[in-house]
Amino acid sequence: MKVVFERPKSLQPTKTHYCPGCGHGVIHRLVAEVMDELGIQDKTIGVAPVGCAVLAYNYFDCDMQQAAHGRAPAVATGIKRALPDRVVFTYQGDGDLAAIGTAEIVHAAARGENITVIFVNNAIYGMTGGQMAPTTLVGQKTETSPYGRDPQMAGYPIRVCEMLATLDGPSFLARAELTDVKNINKAKSYIKKAFEMQLSGKGFSLVEILSPCPTNWGMKPKDAVDWVKNEMVKVFPPGVFKEPKEG
Amino acid sequence: MKMEIIMAGFGGQGIMLMGEILAHSAMLEGREVSWIPSYGPEMRGGTANCMVVISDKRIPSPIISSPDVLVAMNKPSMEKFTPMVKSGGIVILNKALIDERPARDNIKVIEVDATGIADELGNMRVANMVALGVLIGETGIVKPETVIKSIDYFLPAHRKNMMEINEKALKRGIAEVQK
Amino acid sequence: MEKVLMKGNEALAEAAIRAGCKCFFGYPITPQSELPAYLAREMPKRGGVFLQAESEVAAINMVYGAAGAGVRVMTSSSSPGISLKQEGISYLCGAELPCVIVNIMRGGPGLGDIQPAQSDYFQATRGGGHGDYRTIVLAPSSVQELVDLVYDAFDLADMYRNPVLILGDGILGQMMEPVVFKERPARQLPPKDWATTGKMGRQKTNVINSLYLDPVKLEEHNLKLFKKYQEIEAKEQRYEILNGDDAEYFVVAYGICARIAHAAVEMAREDGIKVGLIRPITLWPYPKKAFEEVLPKAKAFLTVELSLGQMVEDVKLSVEGRAPVYFYGRTGGMVPTAEEIFEEIKKMRGLS
Ligand SMILES: Cc1ncc(C[n+]2csc(CCOP(=O)(O)OP(=O)(O)O)c2C)c(N)n1
Ligand code: SF4
Ligand SMILES: [Mg+2]
Repeated sequence: MKVVFERPKSLQPTKTHYCPGCGHGVIHRLVAEVMDELGIQDKTIGVAPVGCAVLAYNYFDCDMQQAAHGRAPAVATGIKRALPDRVVFTYQGDGDLAAIGTAEIVHAAARGENITVIFVNNAIYGMTGGQMAPTTLVGQKTETSPYGRDPQMAGYPIRVCEMLATLDGPSFLARAELTDVKNINKAKSYIKKAFEMQLSGKGFSLVEILSPCPTNWGMKPKDAVDWVKNEMVKVFPPGVFKEPKEG
Repeated sequence: MKMEIIMAGFGGQGIMLMGEILAHSAMLEGREVSWIPSYGPEMRGGTANCMVVISDKRIPSPIISSPDVLVAMNKPSMEKFTPMVKSGGIVILNKALIDERPARDNIKVIEVDATGIADELGNMRVANMVALGVLIGETGIVKPETVIKSIDYFLPAHRKNMMEINEKALKRGIAEVQK
Repeated sequence: MEKVLMKGNEALAEAAIRAGCKCFFGYPITPQSELPAYLAREMPKRGGVFLQAESEVAAINMVYGAAGAGVRVMTSSSSPGISLKQEGISYLCGAELPCVIVNIMRGGPGLGDIQPAQSDYFQATRGGGHGDYRTIVLAPSSVQELVDLVYDAFDLADMYRNPVLILGDGILGQMMEPVVFKERPARQLPPKDWATTGKMGRQKTNVINSLYLDPVKLEEHNLKLFKKYQEIEAKEQRYEILNGDDAEYFVVAYGICARIAHAAVEMAREDGIKVGLIRPITLWPYPKKAFEEVLPKAKAFLTVELSLGQMVEDVKLSVEGRAPVYFYGRTGGMVPTAEEIFEEIKKMRGLS
């Protein structure tokens, strides 16, 4: 019998703590599969954020560091500068990357820091129980936008890929949605591309993945996937925002 | 007079609310009260619990290490908290979800089919009020009328239609101890 | 007056609104989440501002701006976030800006855990940022006291033009107790004629600043601050002594730890041990007066903390070697039981 669903080598054989229907588990798997396919497990160092993925250091079977909230790109910069021939990635949520860590991500991108960033956009602060995130949609209700995000008071969602695309530093910027098999495969191909950029020394790469958080959206897992497809995608259009010119 | 109570069960069984209603009604009757939710390593292991202290005097610590009364709505809660109950204390068990009896003979054990009675009344979620009825029926710590006031206080406006069934559940619980 | 049953975090938020807090800036962190959630709900309805900042660094700087503009302003966080705010707190002290900063402490160091702790005592009482400065530090131990101290915190901040820190912990924040929001007579407070409100016809410009390039000027400024701190030390020490009348031994504890220690003291009393409790309410200024009051009869002190020994240094500084000072603490979010503390009380009696 052929095993079709094997655990990637680059993932630890432990159960994760993520809620049913959460996108984090799937994204871990995609990153691990790419590490396997590129044969880089041994020379990869990952940086875990503060957020629901704070325990990522228990899940990836590669060296990992845990960073203070938002500071993962700075930590990754330190690692990469010390060990330029290793592969370094950060794994960050939207609060971590686009609120408290905005300065760190912008400057890592501007420097063209040769690292890969996996950016999980679930439009919410998952770990702290559902507060408004910088990517929360206009009108979306959260613990700290109980009447729905009001742009008059709380401004507008940040489109990280588009924003970073104005910089010269990044080599590859793309956004995918975690909705159906086709799009999950696309997310994986972007992740692979991003790591390949780093391997060929092209500089900063980032993949943003629109990911469901059924728990804090107060939805059933299936409805959460539909919400990504129907609502998030309208505000955060998937696609490639920056890639090296051919040749 | 001072009574220390631990209430425990699965998340979703309305454990926290049961404690809040008890604390609130004791406050309405002029007592000092404190309520704290599960904290610390207690939180692990799938049980939700809260601690309620009711007293005539200023309450030193809201944290309870040996309760007078335990309300255990599921088996893990019974196993975890029964050893802490004071000798001479009371353990109220939700029989529907607990197939064993605690192995202690210096406590009074009251078994009640809280889930079954709630189901019979038409909503499993009022099992907490059945158990609370048993507690106040057995201890007389607060009057039923006051508890009913407190239930009303905690029910949000769009749920007032639940008042009647909660009241019924409470009374069935009280009746269980008078049987 | 109506009594309501409220969670510490929510009661604190409500008290802030009633105390005239006009602006709140914060960044999400456990275990203080109910506080900003409450304000997000209530502030817009009651004429105030709630804004979630992009980080604690940003939040404390927003506080600086609003305080400088002359309004009552508050921020809240928990240990890791308070560490980030230290730079801003130093600037607030340097520029003499009144504000209230809430720290619902959790276990550290680093990311630690989200369980109750008192391990930020040094940071709070020694001035956790750079420079010669102090913040007033209040440590409530019940929900009612939390509410009362919120009003006091805003008043003290305005009276002395200084940040006031409220130190709580996860249990206090999550605990429900009855509270009454008492109407309080408005205190005589100095006018905020220094605030940068726009000149609005005023002759001289107001400037909020902590930069004094000339060391002569900076020393002068710091000496002025220290005179203020001395005045606060003289006037604002607060504490409670329980079971103290005939006591020969004293437990010293604050915040939630004082509640557990109180239960232990009652156990010891039942056992015939003459022990009392000193409960500091201000951690800075440290209530040295409490020790002067009991030292003539005290045989020994036992400090109990949710840390491995921070306040115990202030106890020793207050006792000045006149009686032995023992210590018992749990750390990392672990909380001692009353029985554990009772055992330590017995040990103290055996040793002295
Ligand atoms: C300095 C500091 N501030 C606040 C926190 C609390 N905190 C933990 S996770 C988190 C937000 C996480 O949200 P996000 O990055 O979107 O990740 P998600 O949980 O949604 O995956 C916050 C605010 C902290 N740990 N440290
Ligand atoms: S809270 Fe949301 S992001 Fe966090 S594990 Fe649960 S579903 Fe995932
Ligand atoms: Mg998020």
